[in-house]
Amino acid sequence: MLHKTPQIIAAFIAMVLVTGYSCKPKDAGTAVGGDAAAKTYVPPGKYDEFYNFVSGGFSGQLSVYGLPSGRLLRVIPVFSTDPEKGYGFSEETKPMLNTSHGEVPWDDLHHVELSQTNGEIDGRWVFTNANNTPRVGRIDLKTFRTAEIIELPNSAGNHSSPFITENTEYVVAGTRFSVPLDNSNGDVPINSYKKNFKGTISFIKVDPQSGNMNIAFQLRTPGVNFDLSHAGKNKSHGWFFFSTYNTEQANTLLEVNASQRDKDFIMAVNWKKAEEYLAAGKGKKETVKYAHNIYDEKTHTATSKIETEVTVLDISELKDICYFIPCPKSPHGCDVDPSGEYIVGSGKLAALLPVFSFDKIQKAIAAKDFIGDYSGIPVIKYESALYGEVQKPGLGPLHTEFDGRGNAITTFFVSSEIVKWNIKDLKIIDRQPTYYSPGHLCIPGGDTKKPNGKYVIVYNKITKDRYLPTGPELAQAAQLFDITGDKMKLILDFPTIGEPHYAQAVAADLIKDKSVRFFNINENQNPYVAKGEAETKVVRNGKRVDIYITAIRSHFTPDNIEGVKMGDDVYWHVTNLEQDWDVPHGFAVKAAPTAELLVMPGETQTLRWSPEKPGMYPFYCTDFCSALHQEMQGYIRVSPADSNVPLSFSTGTNLPPADSTDKAGK
Amino acid sequence: MKYLLPVVTAAIILSSCGGNDAQQKTEESSSSQSAQTANGNPSYDPNRGEGKFTHVEVGAALDAAKAEAGDKVYAVKCGSCHKLSDEKLVGPGWKGVTTRHSAEWIMNFITNPDEMLDKDPKAQAMLEICLVRMPNQNLTDEDARNVFEFMRKNDGVK
Repeated sequence: MLHKTPQIIAAFIAMVLVTGYSCKPKDAGTAVGGDAAAKTYVPPGKYDEFYNFVSGGFSGQLSVYGLPSGRLLRVIPVFSTDPEKGYGFSEETKPMLNTSHGEVPWDDLHHVELSQTNGEIDGRWVFTNANNTPRVGRIDLKTFRTAEIIELPNSAGNHSSPFITENTEYVVAGTRFSVPLDNSNGDVPINSYKKNFKGTISFIKVDPQSGNMNIAFQLRTPGVNFDLSHAGKNKSHGWFFFSTYNTEQANTLLEVNASQRDKDFIMAVNWKKAEEYLAAGKGKKETVKYAHNIYDEKTHTATSKIETEVTVLDISELKDICYFIPCPKSPHGCDVDPSGEYIVGSGKLAALLPVFSFDKIQKAIAAKDFIGDYSGIPVIKYESALYGEVQKPGLGPLHTEFDGRGNAITTFFVSSEIVKWNIKDLKIIDRQPTYYSPGHLCIPGGDTKKPNGKYVIVYNKITKDRYLPTGPELAQAAQLFDITGDKMKLILDFPTIGEPHYAQAVAADLIKDKSVRFFNINENQNPYVAKGEAETKVVRNGKRVDIYITAIRSHFTPDNIEGVKMGDDVYWHVTNLEQDWDVPHGFAVKAAPTAELLVMPGETQTLRWSPEKPGMYPFYCTDFCSALHQEMQGYIRVSPADSNVPLSFSTGTNLPPADSTDKAGK
Repeated sequence: MKYLLPVVTAAIILSSCGGNDAQQKTEESSSSQSAQTANGNPSYDPNRGEGKFTHVEVGAALDAAKAEAGDKVYAVKCGSCHKLSDEKLVGPGWKGVTTRHSAEWIMNFITNPDEMLDKDPKAQAMLEICLVRMPNQNLTDEDARNVFEFMRKNDGVK
């Protein structure tokens, strides 16, 4: 009987859908195939086929979903503090959010790129960008935690980032806002844009073993807005393509003033040539300040270093690094097909979709087939770079990904649809409505050499009536389409956090077996670790009190602490002694004006606390750990500054009974 | 539409059937596993417990080096819950443990606690008293042997 249940459910859902369709044909909720339930159903206890790494937008975090179920598996804190995980609150993680402006505890995470080897996803790291205070983050997919954050000097609105080359040689970061450079006087009239504002594109080198990032060089460009980008691949490996807008160089009401020109540009960057100039010593060293933060999984501690120099290549002087290609009406997405030959520019306001040819671009450059220059940069003739145009594709094209079968799928914001078209003949194959107004889309590996064309996930900007109402603020709506047939079939809606922009998806098999389950306590190099209860202690050094405390199911050692006084700076160093999967211990102290700690097995994390007034402060484990979790608690006594209560700590030993009106402290 | 409907219907049946097969297979394999246990796996020896250790060579005299290494493992991974006396803390005190259980049983239990707690009567009886499932502290085979030697030292073997 049991084995028939899913079939009955599927039939029932199909029936409901069919019935719904016949009653209200215009209801958006009915545009779904009858086999959708079966296609997205992952039975209890079974794994999803894909990981989907989805930008958390203005939450500043990275969310991880399973596909095809659309189940939220994890939210990884990257650029914003996360009190649930103690991220940005523990002494060990605070340095991760340090910048040259001090701690910046929030950002707007737009784009996500999985590391690649030979143009295919290798499952090692995810790179993410911070759009507001320009930074690039690297998440380690063994731990699903942020391993590194590097700030970008001379940048504002780090939007065309963190796109990567096919062997993760570089992560790029192009500035959305051009600004006066960091080492110049920024106190200038805003309308001196054309004179004082410059653009930059940072090339961040990634160490192939450790993944550690360093800014290899920055390209200095005319003041425009860099929007999105993608690296070349196969034959176009060695080139990078960036979309630009506001080539009008407006500094106010860009909605109108940056939409004047019939065409803005796609900028083609020959980064191999830039490397040659760098090796030939053409780079200029400039003094800047930016933070470089690295989390060490051995010490379980982040360090933040302020770097002071960047090497700049000026593309107006080194003329054969960059070329501009006219692209209709404020291009947004700039997407390269799996072969590396075709570059799709999506003009937000254009009624057609231009596809450029890498071969033709090369020929045009060789033949100097230029129509002039823009601030000293050669501008290639549009027709000479163009492979062809997709005519009447839809309104408001934004982003394109590829299915690996010779087709492209593009989102159209204004006409609220996705459109599938053939790259070679530029003919439209299918169009499906989305609910509502899609921004980004994602096919697993859809911007690599080897897409897995099973699904496309569409991240909509408008939700409206898709879910139960939750007041004025709604979750954003993602939609999953089956794209294995000619027609794209909507099979699932699922809500997301923040506002998702780019996302990436990859077969779970590439990642799941490498997942760290716990940290080996013997390899814990945190200077404040207590490897076993024998090493627990409370140490006073002037006003600083260090508490080396351990947690194991289900007690803390020590759990009775006395002798702390007003004015003390108390550091709780909590070591989780567990050595098994999924046994974190939490730690919280009453009235501490900070977050909890959530300490993974074998890890040490530190909570800093300065008591506000004398009294008794309970502390406890916040993460249900065993049948006796509720017993996992302790007390710390805080005495007045002039008290002479001696420092003492213990577990399981009651001190000699004291009078309840004990004035020993006085 | 006339052409499409049967195809869609067939797809529903096909895909749901496929799903069922997979699910059924797992259910079968897990039920056959538990059947084995319920019927009493003939290889299950309550004196040996369940795990990788079938026969442990134990000398008449103490191996002091092993015992010392075991003491170090105890300090980091065991001492939070087990006293060396006979007093229960989170788990039972270790005094006399080597006289209550075989070397194989102890080493299997400390390296494979989840499975042992699910099927071993002596382990289950202790769980009823302690109420905290002994965590898997991921001891290596060598750690387990050393800890056992340290337990022997604690029980007075010279």
